[in-house]
Amino acid sequence: MIELKKELKVAALENGTVIDHIPSDKLFKVVEILKLSELDKAITIGNNLTSKHTEKKGIIKIADYFFKEKDINRIAIVAPKAKINIIKNYEVIEKYIVELPDELCDIIKCNNPKCITNNEPMHSVFYIQDKESVRAKCKYCEQVITFEDIKLI
Amino acid sequence: MKSESLVSITDYSKEEILEVLESAKHFEENPNQKILEGKVVGTLFFEPSTRTRLSFETAVTRLGGRIIGFSDASTTSSTKGETLHDTIKMVSNYADLIIMRHYLDGAARYAAEVSDTPIINAGDGANQHPSQTLLDLYSIYKTQGTLEGLNITMVGDLKYGRTVHSLIMAMSHFNPTFHFVAPDELKIPDDYKKFCDSKGIKYFEHTEFSQDVINNADILYMTRVQRERFTDLMVYEKVKDVYVLKNSMLDDSKDNLRILHPLPRVNEIAYDVDANPKAYYFQQAKNGVYARQAIICKVLGIKI
Repeated sequence: MIELKKELKVAALENGTVIDHIPSDKLFKVVEILKLSELDKAITIGNNLTSKHTEKKGIIKIADYFFKEKDINRIAIVAPKAKINIIKNYEVIEKYIVELPDELCDIIKCNNPKCITNNEPMHSVFYIQDKESVRAKCKYCEQVITFEDIKLI
Repeated sequence: MKSESLVSITDYSKEEILEVLESAKHFEENPNQKILEGKVVGTLFFEPSTRTRLSFETAVTRLGGRIIGFSDASTTSSTKGETLHDTIKMVSNYADLIIMRHYLDGAARYAAEVSDTPIINAGDGANQHPSQTLLDLYSIYKTQGTLEGLNITMVGDLKYGRTVHSLIMAMSHFNPTFHFVAPDELKIPDDYKKFCDSKGIKYFEHTEFSQDVINNADILYMTRVQRERFTDLMVYEKVKDVYVLKNSMLDDSKDNLRILHPLPRVNEIAYDVDANPKAYYFQQAKNGVYARQAIICKVLGIKI
């Protein structure tokens, strides 16, 4: 079983990125945020795998592709504990846990119906005020929303 | 010449606030100056407003500028489905400055992003109304001779009242002591208390509009308790008359006390207060013209 898990995670990838420890119910949201459907690389997606850390987890392996850290950090809003492994020549050369950026564009939907972002064809921009408890402030209507109330676009 | 939009009072530093107040004083001494001769100002009022629009238009006219615009969005292309983006883009081709009020929160911040000319926010939904805050500050400054170390007592709807929230942010530069007087239903939100804590600002909360609170105050900032804010109308009936200021309550108040109100008032200040020299709300509205003349010049980068 352990052998199998190892193989699932990294062994098959010569070069590329592995995103591990994604909560199962957020896996496809991560796919969406990273716009993986537009990527023409070999992508392996596993979901509902058992893990030591969380009940069930999802994992995504993308061959021959490396994200900019600021781009991949956007997934922290749904997968705050996701771990990024950078693989080169079958070796993990770098790994890190995602960190919420200071600003999120087109990720969070403002839950104020009277906010201009919900009434005009425009970008949504949120400033992250507190990365621990996840409080985000709409750039436009200035309303602050807490983690439980965050809805994604 | 540097020109920058004014969307929120937090866009201005302490120094910039003081600069606006000094320039408002200058305009009060000499309100008619042809500083804006040859300039066109667009006043876009997507939501009706009497005081704010007339006060801005008076300010522009006294400075010799010309005004284009509308006071009711029902006569504009927005009824045909034109986006705010397109309306602003178009008007920014015509005017040197846009003064706008909109019913949606955040409309002014967005307009400032897409506009090629500076924007002055004259109110965006329930969000910001910085020219009101600057005229409140000017009124406090003028009547007290300083903004530093004052006892500011705010009464009424402290939960939804945007003028109250903006005034707290703006006064935070000047080491005030706040007294918040409100029913439980309309208490000051925790975010503002946390803000005061983070700045080391003293504040006290009261549910009772007591004689003690009044006698201690340098500024009484009254606001309207609105019926539509209550889910339980029984509660409204119970509290609506508790926060009414009557002339007899001012007998032992400080000599320098002044009573402010962003207007319109309904019944929270009895009419017998109007004749008291401490009543300042109508002069406060008049100060709005000078404060707005100062804001217009600052936004256009015109040095006074």
